[in-house]
Amino acid sequence: MTGLLDYFRSTPRNSASLAKERLQIIVAHERGVRQRGPDYLPKLQQELLAVVRKYVHVEDTDIRVSMENEDGCEVLELNISLPENNA
Amino acid sequence: MSRVIVVTSGKGGVGKTTTSAAFSTGLALRGYKTVVIDFDVGLRNLDLIMGCERRVVYDFVNVVKQESNLNQALIKDKRVENLFVLPASQTRDKDALTQEGVGHVIAELKQNFDYIVCDSPAGIEHGAQMAMYYADEALVVTNPEVSSVRDSDRIIGLLASKTWRAEKNEDPVQEHLLITRYAPERVDTGDMLSADDIQEILAIPFLGAIPESDSVLQASNAGIPITLDESSNAGQAYHDIVARFLGEDRQQRFLTAEKKGLIARLFGG
Ligand SMILES: Nc1ncnc2c1ncn2[C@@H]1O[C@H](COP(=O)(O)OP(=O)(O)OP(=O)(O)O)[C@@H](O)[C@H]1O
Ligand SMILES: [Mg+2]
Repeated sequence: MTGLLDYFRSTPRNSASLAKERLQIIVAHERGVRQRGPDYLPKLQQELLAVVRKYVHVEDTDIRVSMENEDGCEVLELNISLPENNA
Repeated sequence: MSRVIVVTSGKGGVGKTTTSAAFSTGLALRGYKTVVIDFDVGLRNLDLIMGCERRVVYDFVNVVKQESNLNQALIKDKRVENLFVLPASQTRDKDALTQEGVGHVIAELKQNFDYIVCDSPAGIEHGAQMAMYYADEALVVTNPEVSSVRDSDRIIGLLASKTWRAEKNEDPVQEHLLITRYAPERVDTGDMLSADDIQEILAIPFLGAIPESDSVLQASNAGIPITLDESSNAGQAYHDIVARFLGEDRQQRFLTAEKKGLIARLFGG
């Protein structure tokens, strides 16, 4: 039950808490991207793994994809360790 | 040991230059030999806020390019002992500052000054990164609005990755949150983010808040750093911030609205 008084009080109160909510979401997202790289990296890693496996057998842990930022340039780094004596 | 302090924000127009002028004046008033450098190449402003615009002969870029020496470019403040200004250049070449060149100038200043305050340009590009690169401490200037808080968070990310300290795996840059243009009445009515909200989101140590104040504009009109106006709220708030920065224990002020009488409140006075 909200009374008339609450109505007047809660209308303005919303705008700051809405701002806070939106900020918490966007900031958490952007920090995640900074730390882990873009959200598509895990999927990219899976797909690359599938392609490589057509030719050689590699374990899930043998591939590493990371995004580095060097001098304002985004660098995608891909590391695959191939099994020894593979033909 | 001298300390390099960057005043930074990401977003433009939030009060970096006002803060740089007020903060460096506050440090000098306490006896520390202080220089404040304008990194805003092409948009020189600090000299106006410091009231020394007519005494600029050589500038920061001239010194970086070795077209003049430091002593020719440094402007000694006429009101405050121990305070010097290194003005920005009006050149249109935004890349005039190089990491190496800036490094030489900072190293030379370190031999003579206790504090080197770097007034960063807006943005997160080259100019802002030059201003923060050699920092030991950062004042992250934030207004209580969404775009400013978000940009501050980006700047915090850059401080942790794009600075000399980050690259050399030294102790990280010490960050301080400074909220400016704060209006407690608007926080009370629910249409402005509170200092608590902003601290919670940015999660860096809180130095204090500067209230929104008409005296800031008046001081800038006259070319007087606001810390020299002891009668203004904003000036006092900056003094508090300098004291806290230096490790003194000062209770927070200016975070709550001044209490109005019941009648004034009823009639929205
Ligand atoms: N506490 C305050 N109360 C009222 N006005 C303020 C306050 N702090 C700053 N201002 C005003 O805000 C405007 C921008 O301030 P300032 O130039 O310091 O910002 P800035 O971050 O250096 O801007 P830029 O990004 O363009 O370099 C100025 O008009 C200044 O007078
Ligand atoms: Mg400025």
